[in-house]
Amino acid sequence: MIIGPVGFAAPLLLLALAALPLLWFLLRAVPPAPMRRRFPAVTLLLGLRDKDNVADRTPWWLLLIRILAVAAVIVGLAGPVLNPRQDGQGGASKPLLIVLDDTWASARDWSAQNLLINDLLAAAIRDSRKAAVASLSKFEDPVFQTAGEWQSWLAGRSPRPWHFAMNQVDDLPILSQDKEIEIRWMSDGLAHAGRVGLLDRFEEYGDVEIHESPLPVIALAPAKIADGGVEIHALRSYGGSLLEIEVEAYGLDPAGLPAILAKVVMEFASGETEATAVLSIPSELRARLTRLEIVGQSHAGAVSLIDDSLKRREVALVSGLENREGLELLSPLHYLEQALEPSADIINGSLEDVLPANPDVVVLADKADLPDSERESLLEWVDSGGLLLRFAGPKLAASDFSRFEEDPLMPVKLRAGGRSVGGAMSWGQPRSLSPFSEESPFFGLSIPDDVTVTAQVLAQPGPELSRRVIARLADGTPLATRKRIGSGQVVLFHVTASAEWSSLPLSGLFVQMLERLAVSTGDALLAPELLAGTVWKPISVLDGFGRLRNAENLPGVDGGTLLENRTGPDLSPGMYEGPDQRFALNVISSDTELAPMTWPDRVTVRGFERSPSTPLGGWLLAGALLLLLADIAATLALSGRLFPLRATVAAVAMALFVPANEMRAQDMPANAITDLVLAHVLTGDEELDNIAYYGLLSLGQTLHYRTSVEPDNPVGINIETDDLNVYPMLYWPISEHQPLPSEEAYSKLNHYMRTGGLILFDTRIAPQPGYTSHGSAFHRRGNLMDTLGENLDIPKLQEIPDDHVITRSFYLLQDFPGRNNGPVWVEAGPENAERIEGMPFRNLNDNVTPVVVGGNDWAAAWAMDPYGNPMYPVGRGQTGERQREIALRFGVNLVMHVLTGNYKSDQVHVPALLERLGQ
Amino acid sequence: MNAGATLRGRAEAEASRLPPLFIRADQLSGTFLLGEHGRRRAGIGDDFWQYRPAAPGDEHRNIDWRRSARSDMQYVRQLELKIARNILIWMDGGSSMRFSSHMTFPEKIDRARLLSLAVAILLNRAGERVGLMGMDLPPKCGETQLARISVALEQMEETEYGGPPVEHMPANGSALFISDFLGSTESVRDALATAAAKGVWGVMLQLLDPAEEAFPYRGRTLFESVGGSYAHETANAYDLQNRYLERLAERKAELKSLCAAAGWQYGCFHTTQNARSMLLWLYRAIEGAHRE
Repeated sequence: MIIGPVGFAAPLLLLALAALPLLWFLLRAVPPAPMRRRFPAVTLLLGLRDKDNVADRTPWWLLLIRILAVAAVIVGLAGPVLNPRQDGQGGASKPLLIVLDDTWASARDWSAQNLLINDLLAAAIRDSRKAAVASLSKFEDPVFQTAGEWQSWLAGRSPRPWHFAMNQVDDLPILSQDKEIEIRWMSDGLAHAGRVGLLDRFEEYGDVEIHESPLPVIALAPAKIADGGVEIHALRSYGGSLLEIEVEAYGLDPAGLPAILAKVVMEFASGETEATAVLSIPSELRARLTRLEIVGQSHAGAVSLIDDSLKRREVALVSGLENREGLELLSPLHYLEQALEPSADIINGSLEDVLPANPDVVVLADKADLPDSERESLLEWVDSGGLLLRFAGPKLAASDFSRFEEDPLMPVKLRAGGRSVGGAMSWGQPRSLSPFSEESPFFGLSIPDDVTVTAQVLAQPGPELSRRVIARLADGTPLATRKRIGSGQVVLFHVTASAEWSSLPLSGLFVQMLERLAVSTGDALLAPELLAGTVWKPISVLDGFGRLRNAENLPGVDGGTLLENRTGPDLSPGMYEGPDQRFALNVISSDTELAPMTWPDRVTVRGFERSPSTPLGGWLLAGALLLLLADIAATLALSGRLFPLRATVAAVAMALFVPANEMRAQDMPANAITDLVLAHVLTGDEELDNIAYYGLLSLGQTLHYRTSVEPDNPVGINIETDDLNVYPMLYWPISEHQPLPSEEAYSKLNHYMRTGGLILFDTRIAPQPGYTSHGSAFHRRGNLMDTLGENLDIPKLQEIPDDHVITRSFYLLQDFPGRNNGPVWVEAGPENAERIEGMPFRNLNDNVTPVVVGGNDWAAAWAMDPYGNPMYPVGRGQTGERQREIALRFGVNLVMHVLTGNYKSDQVHVPALLERLGQ
Repeated sequence: MNAGATLRGRAEAEASRLPPLFIRADQLSGTFLLGEHGRRRAGIGDDFWQYRPAAPGDEHRNIDWRRSARSDMQYVRQLELKIARNILIWMDGGSSMRFSSHMTFPEKIDRARLLSLAVAILLNRAGERVGLMGMDLPPKCGETQLARISVALEQMEETEYGGPPVEHMPANGSALFISDFLGSTESVRDALATAAAKGVWGVMLQLLDPAEEAFPYRGRTLFESVGGSYAHETANAYDLQNRYLERLAERKAELKSLCAAAGWQYGCFHTTQNARSMLLWLYRAIEGAHRE
């Protein structure tokens, strides 16, 4: 059902709206429930009457909120959709067929196309139409089923990385239905063979509507080597206005990781469909290129994989004879250099110099045995894939090398001396070559008549020989032999590399043979007749979006089909590996042409844009939820519960009465912020904590009576969890039962001490002079104190000096007893502190000592029960009471020291101040 | 066994409750430096008051010979008169006192107990005799009396709103009433009339919760007294605020005029106010009542 721009999936539900007025009456009658409150002054309220009874009934605006909420729920559940797709003329009943080109060129419009298809399918669901989707790149019979099935199928789909595969109209076996169908064709915009025929075919079944992007397809043709650089060709499907594209060249960086090695900007001139640019990069980099890609075009046509054809091989020429100045033409390597120079990079040098450069080919001309070290490294290099190319010569013929036993670096055993034919002293004619056999890599090369051989080294016959020969003379003696070693090979030409022994190096055949051996590059190896029957294994393949994927277990491909460049369902573009080399199969081959599709006038062609049909149900339900929340707030407000009463009372109290000292911080006794609170560390030993508590309580009372310091009740704190910062001083009775603090607690304590806090450590056992092994408890606590000291940031300590500020911060004291009277340590003063003439004290620390350490069991000496009686005895008789009094005085001095710092020390300046005042 | 354990547990809980109240009251009163306690006239006492020239009729043994030896005249050493006065404290133990409108506020009864005991301690220290009205604790001095008082203060009454008792009013003594005075004013009127008749001077301290002072309520509310015996429902509490405040002001004015008529002192405080300032006011008021 459709009302204006809004359609409903379940219009019957809207009937429920009729019940809304009923709700109005129901809700209207029920007033909000009252809030019950305790209130002693209710006696003053008795007899007061309410002025009006408005709140007895639900106010109209609250009713409106609720009714709107219910209405929103009803309409939301009815499945409203804004702009539901209504397709043209009565298409609503016809089945829908969506035809997809699905080629690599579709990848650029992929998301738009998918959204459009989704919309079409969603509309089909709404109208209960059957639907089918057919891909023309991999055609299967379209199956008409519910559109929902196709929606899920759509999600896992990706474009095919090949060309349009439907070129036979007759392949189209569709639709034996007699009903009309509606056809939507998602075109990729390229003119493919057979398109028009297909269109005719489809039109037999119903109207066809084409969706096609108006933008040109841009693709990259395979790169070629030209003028020392890489020539890049880009194509577009029709010449539009001026267009610049950027091409990125990917390859392996020196660390072997994929990276962008170069970028080049190309320009399609206005109206042109082709653009060319030359990427000039060093051959080192060129050898590492793996692919070229147009930036921003995510389809397989914009990616061009690069195989060996762009590489220049590195050939190391190692000559047996050196220092032969001026005899260039006689150099055994001269002809090789001439033959290789156009297509390979040549390295000259001795073997140990060239091997670290890891060349592709090493040429040894007329070189016999090698030193052991060179031999081993050469063998290793060959084994890992190198090609060792050897030429015979007088020196090799004269040596005993590989004579009695086959050398690993020689393909065959050699006979002594070699032979000459056709010379002045011999009977025979110079020999010519016999045609290459089928197994030979040179098969198919035509042999010029003038190639003759006058001298050669001869192989010793053996069972292996016939397999290793790849070229022979007319008399059957080997001209070239080959042996595989590991993944590399050794090839021996039984003649010299110069023209001394044969005219082979002078002929074009020589160059071709080198190419066939992959000594130099060229497309000689990709001759179709050579590739037929070989199996090429895919290494990585491109998907439709131009992303490289690992070709995990795709089957191998016949070399012949590979060369035909016909990508399709059975042949994905990608990198293939065949015998001795790689082949890059790209979507765009060098002869591909991109032409735009021109559709006949009778069909409608549209873009992929859509008028989005927006389901409104979710919004409406969310709105209903918001309305209900507003209703809750309003109801609470009506019954006075919107703001919690307690908060209101507290706020009023704060405002009314100034000294409201009930402020609370989190997890902290309320008084710790407003008042001074002495604190002790909870040890977990209940009795000890009790002593500490009462000790500090008693100290607090003493302070209260004697000084202007009026501490509140002391608290026990847990150093792991509590905030220490509000306490000026911590009393820490050391107990061997207390678990050691955690790392966090240590850092908290360190921070506490650094920021001016003081910790009074009390081991509660004083070392007795001359009786050091006082018992295990003493040592255990001593060890514990050591452990604490290692982790805490405790400064250098000294026994309290006579002139320390603690000795005079309130009372004048010279010892600091608790129940024991042992030494007490504080932070050591500066070493250079000196007593100035006329001053009573040295100029000592400028701050509060962070720790006071002793074993005098002060808390026990301080502790008094609530009736003012001391809880623990100190000393004996009157002397003991005196000691208790001194202990309390020490406590007072300590708290004063914490609170006033070095205030009393500043008295040393009094004489100077008086003098300045003119007294 | 079980019953014994509960009894013991209750007894211990009860006993452990006492010291904190005592300590708090003690600490509170410890902050006061007592001023003059004497009657400022010659009489029977411990402290020296003055030397006066001996007059005919003075007994010889009264002559202070040490002083007289320094001059030609004879002097009699007079001591300052010290009389202990009887002071009775009445603290409202009704359930309406067990109210606090916020978890961080003390209950009214809590404050009342603290103040009563602190005053008792102060007065005891000043040598006066203190007793509790309505608890059968006649005025006495000494620590034992304080202990009895602190125990007796813990007791609660069953009634919703307490009123001061008229019996046991000591002639020519002083009295201290602490309550929220939210109940009927009849008993207050009677008590004050009796007190005036017996020549009792006193102080009346009204303790209110901030919520009772401000009436910060809104919306539809059912107000119930703490004991539950009174209730009032309103559709819009906010609407009642002004009229409630008027009534409260009337109540205060009535109490004040009653006090003025009987020559008593009246003060109104809130539970969130500083206990020390309340105690200071209370002590000064009682001192003043003494000196009348």
